[in-house]
Parts: sequence; structure tokens; C-alpha cells
Amino acid sequence: MTRKQRRLILIGSGMAVLAIAVALMLNALRDSIVFFNSPSDVAEKHVPAGTRIRLGGLVKNGSLVRNANLSVRFEVTDGKNGIPVNYQGVLPDLFREGQGVVAEGVLDAGGTFKADTILAKHDETYMPKEVADALKRSGHWIDDYGRQAGASAGGGGK
Amino acid sequence: MIAELGHYALMLALGLALIQGTMPIVGTRTNDAALMSMAAPTALAQFAFVAMAFTALAICYVISDFSVLNVFENSNSQMPFIYRLTSIWGNHEGSMMLWVSILTFFGALVAVFGNNLPAVLKANALAVQAWIASAFHLFILLTSNPFVRIPQAPFEGQDLNPILQDPGLAFHPPLLYLGYVGFSIAFSFAIAALLEGRIDAAWARWVRPWVLGAWMCLTVGIAGGSYWAYYTLGWGGFWFWDPVENASLMPWLAGTALLHSAVVMEKRGALKIWTILLAILTFSLSLIGTFLVRSGVLTSVHAFATDPMRGVFILAILVVFIGGALALYGWRAPLLKQGGLFAPISREGALVFNNLFLTTACASVFIGTLYPLALEALTGGKISVGPPFFNATFGPLFIPLMVVMPFGPLMGWKRGDLLGAAQRLLAAAILAALAMAAAFALEQGGPVLAPFGAGLAVFVMVGAVTDIAERTLVLRIPFRAALRRAIGLPRSTWGTAFAHFGLGVTLLGIVAATAWGSERIAEMKVGDNLEIAHYRLTFAGLFNRQGPNYRDMVGRFIVRRLNGDLIGVMEPSRRSFPTRNMTTTQAALMTRRVSQLYLSLGDPMQNGNVAVRLYFKPQVLLIWLGAAMMFAGGALSLSDRRLRVGAPQPAKAKVALRPVG
Repeated sequence: MTRKQRRLILIGSGMAVLAIAVALMLNALRDSIVFFNSPSDVAEKHVPAGTRIRLGGLVKNGSLVRNANLSVRFEVTDGKNGIPVNYQGVLPDLFREGQGVVAEGVLDAGGTFKADTILAKHDETYMPKEVADALKRSGHWIDDYGRQAGASAGGGGK
Repeated sequence: MIAELGHYALMLALGLALIQGTMPIVGTRTNDAALMSMAAPTALAQFAFVAMAFTALAICYVISDFSVLNVFENSNSQMPFIYRLTSIWGNHEGSMMLWVSILTFFGALVAVFGNNLPAVLKANALAVQAWIASAFHLFILLTSNPFVRIPQAPFEGQDLNPILQDPGLAFHPPLLYLGYVGFSIAFSFAIAALLEGRIDAAWARWVRPWVLGAWMCLTVGIAGGSYWAYYTLGWGGFWFWDPVENASLMPWLAGTALLHSAVVMEKRGALKIWTILLAILTFSLSLIGTFLVRSGVLTSVHAFATDPMRGVFILAILVVFIGGALALYGWRAPLLKQGGLFAPISREGALVFNNLFLTTACASVFIGTLYPLALEALTGGKISVGPPFFNATFGPLFIPLMVVMPFGPLMGWKRGDLLGAAQRLLAAAILAALAMAAAFALEQGGPVLAPFGAGLAVFVMVGAVTDIAERTLVLRIPFRAALRRAIGLPRSTWGTAFAHFGLGVTLLGIVAATAWGSERIAEMKVGDNLEIAHYRLTFAGLFNRQGPNYRDMVGRFIVRRLNGDLIGVMEPSRRSFPTRNMTTTQAALMTRRVSQLYLSLGDPMQNGNVAVRLYFKPQVLLIWLGAAMMFAGGALSLSDRRLRVGAPQPAKAKVALRPVG
């Protein structure tokens, strides 16, 4: 084999692996991406039931109800719209009423959000960035959140 | 006063870095030996001043000088001594100080131990190292000064984020930085080679120990971070494909590829240009990792910084260094001489295969991590790319790598014997098949692919053993003779076998813990039982315990075997920190051989019941044990005499060193 042929083999196999990788990635990007929505987004965009999304906003004050078997119900609001959320399991340490939360799951036909993952923050002053942006858009951003988030020494999911 | 001294020392270090970054290069251009030899002493002096600045910051923390804003925001006089010390880097400014301290430390090491380097290479490499240092000194001084004072000093500090008050903080960031920054040496040498327009096998020999050392630190740094996340976050996961984790995984993947391609370059003189590119990419990914984690683009426990100015500055550093390095590469790489020939089926071929798949896997992680950021910047749409994406891309790309891995060391350089290697791996294949069958038979449930994963892990492990067995001829010649051969084997051969074995061990742990673990979530009242795997837990009650700067609400659980034999007690707690009004979950772990029971408490309820999460994680400790083996393998290789003694000798023939246009 000449040097040229060997290089061709090398480049060819490199391309083949890259092509496989690209195919894998495109396929995965189509199937496994989750969009972030605020309650208003859900109302405006008519997110179909059964689509997996992330829902972010504030836990509405006084909406948290704990039922038997660790199932909880609360409402996520961005000030304009609210969506009831059902979740079964242990809530994160910093889950509190009136504070930011991101829930991942699906909407059911009745408009209730069935969450299987609840992400809260890891710091008392921290607001998830997506939630902060959503609140700013809906005009329900209170400067206080911003000051706190700005002054905070970090923390969200990991 | 101490803080001002530290600040001043840092400014002096910047000045020295600027000198170190320019004068030696001028020297190499004008052939002025005096200017070139300035590099080493300035590198030492620069390190001395940075060390002084870091020590000043450390003193401020130790004596709890709350008139320093950084100390006030991240420390508290009630905190145990060790956390007062580790909180130096438990914040943005301090962690950047740690970054430059390690960077200049490595620069000083090159200056001290690089006596046998060619003068031009040493001068250029130290100069490039100084450019990086200058950029980060400037970054710290202009945007992240840790020595800023508060006019009216408060009496008490705000405390460190409770999640970071953990022994993990003492190890995880420094090890990770040793890895990230260690790759800067490979980067500097690569740029120096490009500046000079020549490179040879000796280059790889000088660079390889640095890459190996950095890789070892990064390996245990990542593994340590994973174990920390596992026991501290309270839900038993050890890897989340979180962007900040990916940020550390990418340099690891590229660094692993670099480690292997540098071997080819050293032994066979091939893959030179590719190795240079990998050296640039690996450190670029380390910089991108720093950027992702520190700029506040990502929200996570690691994102300390929220000041947009910092993000822009780091972005500028990225653009200048990565863009500049790649431009230089495009311009100068064609000058470098091509290396030795090899057949596709050969040790080199196997290592190229390794490189191909490692870099592609790295690219898939890169895209999965940055795509959401790019999409948000372009369209404003917010998406999250989670584990499903990475399982569907990274997984399939890693499998061929693991399959081929045992073949590599069994093949000869230049031209390998695939059939011979396959025959020698027959035992490994049979054992892997047996493991697969056993997994099918013994484990109900779990994904269908899991037994294959276990089989693959066994194949990799036995494959590594096969390599050693083939070289020592154990079982074929008398044991004593085989032992002598084993002792006579180069340590780097043992290192390879250890590291490859370790990867198999890690894979086995990942497969077993994710596929065959079990989980219970329940609300328990005193006296309740909860069963998992072969264990029964009884809730004995709640009590309070006072810590130095926190209060624990402890749940006590008695662990028994299903037949009633007492094993022990598990005491998970919820820890509240009054200074920050924060509660963290302290999971209780009970180790049974390499498996673990994992118990964490949820919110206490009004009626005195507690919500608990209980996991059984079979073989989970193998994940980190494997990483420790990889570290040990690296250490064995590093201690190889050939790597140290051989280094001073540049390539024999002067002809081979001449640049070829």
C-alpha cells in the first residue's frame, strides 16, 4: 500500500465514524430534547397533551397540598397563568411556596401537569435562569428577585 | 494590609508574566541566548509572587478577616478550620486564584526540570505559558479581584454555601484544576513547536509525562466530583450529563486521545500533526470548561459568577487563545515533517481507532452541551438536552472503543496480527460470554442491553489481564520464571493494563448500579419497615444533634437482613444552616462489599412521619474503584524509568530535526 492509499483509508474511516456520529446525534436531537415553557407559553402555544416539557415558574402561595403516599399537588404560576402540577415523591430541599421551580413531565388531557422530576434551586437566593426570564417576559418580575439572584453566590441544579 | 500585599503581588506577577511572554520569544527570533534564558527565572519569580498572593488570601480566610469582601461573602468564623481553608476556592474569585496558582506552579516546574530541553523549545513554551498566565492575571485583577475591601468591616461572614461545606471541596476542585491546567503544558509545547516549525519524537517524550499527570488528576477529579454529587444530592445518581460535568468530561476524552496519540508519536514518529492538534484542542476544551462553568452561562452549583463582564472577558480569552492557536496551527502545521508508516491493522492503527472514537464521542458531548446555548442565543427557544441524548450518542460511540481496546496492546507496531490477537483474546471472550449469560440468568428486570454491558466490561478486564499474561508467559512457563518476567516488564506496560482494567471495572459498576439497582420511596412512621434487595430497614425515630455551625435532624434506621440478622444502623439527616437559612440532605450510606444502601430523608411531616428515599446500588463502588485503578495505572506509567531517563535525549540524527518546507 502506498502512503496515499493508507491516508485515504484513514480519512475514509474517519469520515465514516463522523457520519455515524452525526446520524446518531440528529436522531437523538429529534427524540430527546425537552422544551422549556412558562405557564403562559403552555396556554398560548397549546402544547399538546403527552409531550414532554419543562414547566417553570413560581410555586403559587397557598397552593401546596400534600396527600397520602407522598403525592403532592401545587400550582406553578408566572403571574398571568397558572397550571396545576401533580407529583409523587420527595420534594427537593429548597422547594418552597412563592419561589422558583422547574418541573419536568407531561400535560394530561385535563390540563394538569404530571411531573416526574422537580428541580428546585440549591441556594436560598437563587432563581432558575429560565424562570427569571419567563417572569420578566410576563411582566411579573419583581426587582427583589433580581437583586437576590445577582448577589447570590451561585447555585442551581447540578 | 495582608490583602493589599496579595493584590500587589498579583500585579507584580502580571508584570513578570508579560516579560516572560515577550523577551524569550524575541530571544528565539534574534538568536539571543541571554533573552531566551530569561524565561526560566521569570517563571520562577512569577510563581513566587502568585504563591504570595494566594497565601495572602489564605491568611485572610484563616484569620476570618471579614473586611475583605470575598472572605465576608464566603466564610464564617463558626465554620470548622478545614472549610475556612477550602472556601478559598469555594467561590469565583478564589477559584480563579487557585487556577493561576496551579498554572504558574506548572510553569515553574518546567523552568526547574526543563534543563534538558532544547533552549528554543523551552523559551517558547514558557513564553506561551506566560501568555495564558497574563490573560488570567488580567482577568482576576480587572473583573474578579479577591482582595477588595469593605469600608466598614462586618463582625461575621455570610458563610459558605452549605452544599460546599463538605470534604469533597478539599479535593475535587484542586484535582480538576491540576488536570485542566496540566494540559496547558501540552498546549504551550504544541504552540512552541509550531512557532519553531519543528517537532520530533523527543517532543512527545517531554510532553507525555505532563499529559499523563494531568490526565491522572482529571480522572480522579471527575470521579471524586461524581462521588461527591452521589452522596450529597440525596437521590443517588452519580452522573447526570449536566453541562458542568460534561465540561470536565470533554477535556478528559480529548486528553485520553492525546495520551494515546503521543505514544504513537514517541514510539513511531507518526501522527505528529494530529497530536499537536489534540494538544491544542484538549487545553481549549479545558478553557471552554472553565468558561462554561464560571461565566454564569450555565446555572449550577458551580456557576459562581453572574457578572456579565466576566463572561465577556472569558469569552475574549477563549477566542484569542483557541482561535489564535488554531490559526497558527493552520499556518504552521504543514511545515512539520510527516512521520512513520504503518498498516491499518497494527498497534498504531488501534490507537488511531481509539483517537477517532474518543474525539467523536467528545464531539457528541460538545454538541449536546452547547446546542441548547446556541439555540437560545439564536432563536430564544429554551431546551434541555438530557441523559437520553447522551445515552443515544455517547453510548454507541463508546462501545466499539471498548471492544477494540483489548486488541490494541496485543498487536505489534507497524503491522499487527489481528487473527493472533483474536486467538489470544479467546479466553476473554469466553469469560465475557459466561458473564453475560450469568447476568441474564441471575438478574431479573433491568434493560435488555445491561447483560451485554456487563459482558463487555468483563471482556475489557480479562483482556487487560491477557496482555500481562501473554507478556509474562504465565501458565506456560514455570511460575518463578513468569514472576521474573513480570517484574522485568516495563512499568508502563503494567500501567496500561491497570488503566484498561480500571475502565472495565468502572463500566461494570455503571452497568450494575443503573440496571439492577432498586429504589423505594415511602412515608414512614416510627416502627415501620421497608424492604429492599436483601435488607429490611426499621425506622427507630427522629432526634436532633447540634453541629459546629448547623443543626441536624437525624432519622435512625435499623438495618437487618431479611432473616432478621442485625447489620447496623443508618442515620440520614436533614442539616439546617441558620446563617443561610438553608437545609441540606445528608444521605446515609452503608457499604456492603462494593454495593451500597443509600438512604435519604425528605421533608418531615406534621404528623411526625418522614418521607424517605431508599436505594440499593449494586456494585456501585466499582465506578470509583475503577477510576482509582486508572489513576494507579497512570502513576505506574509515570514512574517508568524510560519516561524519566529517556527524556533528555533528543532524536539522534540532527537531520531528522530539520524543518521540512
